[in-house]
Amino acid sequence: MTGKTLYDKVWDAHVVGEREDGQTILYIDQHLLHEVTSPQAFAGLEQAGRKPWRIDANLATPDHNVPTQGRELGIAGIADEVAREQVIALDSNCRRYGITQFDILDPRQGIVHVVGPEQGATLPGMTIVCGDSHTSTHGAFAALAQGIGTSDVEHVLTTQTLVQTKAANFSVQVEGRLQPGVGAKDLVLAMIGMIGTAGATGHTIEYRGETIGELSMEGRMTLCNMAIEGGARAGMVAVDDKTLEYVAGRPFAPSGEQWQMAETYWRGLVCDPGAEFDQSVSLAADALVPQVTWGTSPEMVTGIDGAVPNPASTADPLAAEAIAYALEYMGLRPDQPMTEIQLDRVFIGSCTNSRIEDLRSAAAIVKGRKIAKSLKQALVVPGSGLVKAQAEREGLAEIFLAAGFEWRAAGCSMCLAMNPDRLLPGEHCASTSNRNFEGRQGYGGRTHLVSPAMAAAAAVNGHFVDVRELL
Amino acid sequence: MKAFTNEQGAVLPLDRANVDTDQIIPKQYLKSLRRTGFGANLFDAWRFLDEGDIGVTPNERQLNHEFVLNEPRYQGARFLLARDNFGCGSSREHAVWALQEFGFCCVIAPSFADIFLSNCFKNGLLPIVLKTETIDELFLLAQEEQALELSVDLPAQTLCLTGGRTFEFAIDANRKRTLVEGLDDIGMTLAHAAAIEAFETGHRRAMPWLFDKGRALEEK
Repeated sequence: MTGKTLYDKVWDAHVVGEREDGQTILYIDQHLLHEVTSPQAFAGLEQAGRKPWRIDANLATPDHNVPTQGRELGIAGIADEVAREQVIALDSNCRRYGITQFDILDPRQGIVHVVGPEQGATLPGMTIVCGDSHTSTHGAFAALAQGIGTSDVEHVLTTQTLVQTKAANFSVQVEGRLQPGVGAKDLVLAMIGMIGTAGATGHTIEYRGETIGELSMEGRMTLCNMAIEGGARAGMVAVDDKTLEYVAGRPFAPSGEQWQMAETYWRGLVCDPGAEFDQSVSLAADALVPQVTWGTSPEMVTGIDGAVPNPASTADPLAAEAIAYALEYMGLRPDQPMTEIQLDRVFIGSCTNSRIEDLRSAAAIVKGRKIAKSLKQALVVPGSGLVKAQAEREGLAEIFLAAGFEWRAAGCSMCLAMNPDRLLPGEHCASTSNRNFEGRQGYGGRTHLVSPAMAAAAAVNGHFVDVRELL
Repeated sequence: MKAFTNEQGAVLPLDRANVDTDQIIPKQYLKSLRRTGFGANLFDAWRFLDEGDIGVTPNERQLNHEFVLNEPRYQGARFLLARDNFGCGSSREHAVWALQEFGFCCVIAPSFADIFLSNCFKNGLLPIVLKTETIDELFLLAQEEQALELSVDLPAQTLCLTGGRTFEFAIDANRKRTLVEGLDDIGMTLAHAAAIEAFETGHRRAMPWLFDKGRALEEK
């Protein structure tokens, strides 16, 4: 028998059995909850007269709807009445069932995909689900982490399992050294550009190779976060010393004898030699330049040294039509150099890029500089209350504020604009988030996805520039 | 879940690849605590020329007459014909709820995004995958002056064009049964409660650090 991939190992360790419809019953170790996709699940549970299977496997925090200003007011600070009801509903559901929640006033509150790893609620080898597609983030810890819909939130609450068919294995091999100013975000955007937004549908991605080993845990989280933008419900990275160093000492992480036991198991969470993948791609890190999206799908991406594509010189008529449509929405002209795209707002945040390392890399560019006068707004939204506090201790907040950035409280914020932070129609935004879909950051808004360093460089110049020139 | 066997109706052709769930139901409507009330805002930003919000009724808004959903010949359509990677992006099940509430019983496409596909089966919205060539052909027919009428027979796994041809489609036998019999998903799993308990006992023994984590937090 050939070896197992990392996905095979974690999957196999959680198979309860097979249901009569042929699907596998997979045991779930950790369920993360937020206010937007859980209320109907709790209501369904109650209507059916059922109870949660295992309370201690759940952890909740409000993130999507919470405002990033006036946080000291707590729930009363949510001006949007409908959003407020949702945050209140999460509070009352958690209280009712005894689920641990970091509520809106808790210093540990934040984006659920930042909070999980930060608290050690995310551990290697776990199966993790959340009613949010960016749950793939937690795969950085060699966990099998997937986004689910609300019916499955109710299913997991009730049965502690997820019912599904095993996905295929997709290898993304990356070799070489990333240049200074080029990071995990550029790598994953380039990957999506290569395989397309549906390239890994039906697969679990395993990121492998020398470059991945060199990445920090924050970088690996960025990579896995955007696996879903390449179509894969989950992305994973093998356990190494960095994984264990990150996890050790975190509040929910094991200690003492249990740590020893866990470490022995975790060390085995790597892909076996000879394991077979159903699909594979390779990327060279050395040649990679900072990436910027120009369209309305994450696959519509190019290097900062590139230009907006021209539908007239695109052979495939369907692709040409898609480009033309995207350019109309984005207000860009064919062959326009990426460096000539003028910006209205800059957003540094989201579950993709709001961790301490992301803020450090942006602050390093911003330090001693000012944001361009042409900008209407430049926002920094830390991923959690703890990231915010750490950044303040390290002096990063001061750097951002001195440059003219706004320094906000933790949440999803302008990544999906469910809270008051949003783009106005026609505005261009350099954003460290994960989706450039039409209207994603606000009705009629135009999103360009970039790394934190590139967003910082864009903020200083008012248009995109190659951040390597500012190092 | 309501059983799904035979359905018929007109086909709405949505000729665009990578339609994401943000387009199917925009974020401002996700603040609802209910599973209903999303149909009126299906494809909101494409259907209307102005920005919508919870509590603003469609008749207060400006219709986009260019958008296919608003064309008179497609009113009451029950089949959505789509392109590759339909339903990509956000996991919001609200996208499926919106499509069903609007009146769709079935989405036909060359491929679907994984989470959306799973959400379809959970709610009895039938996703049918057909070859790109067949989809191309259906688009041509559906874009003619007279809307294309279809009927689907799930038990027989066929799509019939009214007065004409029949296309067979493939679907996982077990998932088909779940839809045809309208089985309760959670109930089906709970029938295995003993197996889950047994697994959990072994899992706790092998990996005790995964359990009672809250207590660990309190002790620290």
